[in-house]
Amino acid sequence: MSRSSKKGPYIDQNLREKVDALNQSNERRVIRTWARASTVFPQMVGHTVAIHNGKVHVPIFISEQMVGHKLGEFAPTRTYRGHGKDADRRGRR
Amino acid sequence: MARVSGVDLPREKRVEIGLTYIYGIGLHTSQRLLERTRINPETRVRDLSDDEVGRIREIVDKEMRVEGDLRREISMNVKRLMDIGSYRGLRHRRGLPLRGQRTRTNARTRRGPRRAVGGRKKK
Repeated sequence: MSRSSKKGPYIDQNLREKVDALNQSNERRVIRTWARASTVFPQMVGHTVAIHNGKVHVPIFISEQMVGHKLGEFAPTRTYRGHGKDADRRGRR
Repeated sequence: MARVSGVDLPREKRVEIGLTYIYGIGLHTSQRLLERTRINPETRVRDLSDDEVGRIREIVDKEMRVEGDLRREISMNVKRLMDIGSYRGLRHRRGLPLRGQRTRTNARTRRGPRRAVGGRKKK
């Protein structure tokens, strides 16, 4: 079920402050975050956000189309390289 | 011959049902539409007057997204998900269910017919 619209979108406050600060000073820096549940908000467009996948921070460049999605959607938490013979052939990525 | 939004023309059925042959119109939409146009849902498609067909056509063409347009919209939505590299997009690419369903068993609708997985060879 989706979130009640009464509450508005969930935005991680820390992340928001960081993005705002970068926007004010016109900087472009990679922001590391663990806030996978946070919604991508319009001010983030153009920034690169490194989203934690449980192991490392995956750098993702935020484009306009991503607004409204959750950050976690862009940093997969599972690795699956296939079963059986294929696995040997594909090797390690 | 009743022809609404392109190719659709089932004749012997009740309009209520006949309209659902259009991609994008189900029974509910069909019933609502007939209510609005004041057509008895029980009349057969072949018994519709030209005027009635016209009224249906007008609403379908003007207000509803059906057939090609609807298909295009859906595939655009899917394409968008794939382009932005979201989880749902990745699942679309792999032809797996998007909403967290199990894939150990079932999920046959998305994954298609079973393919045999090679048994282990003995050395």
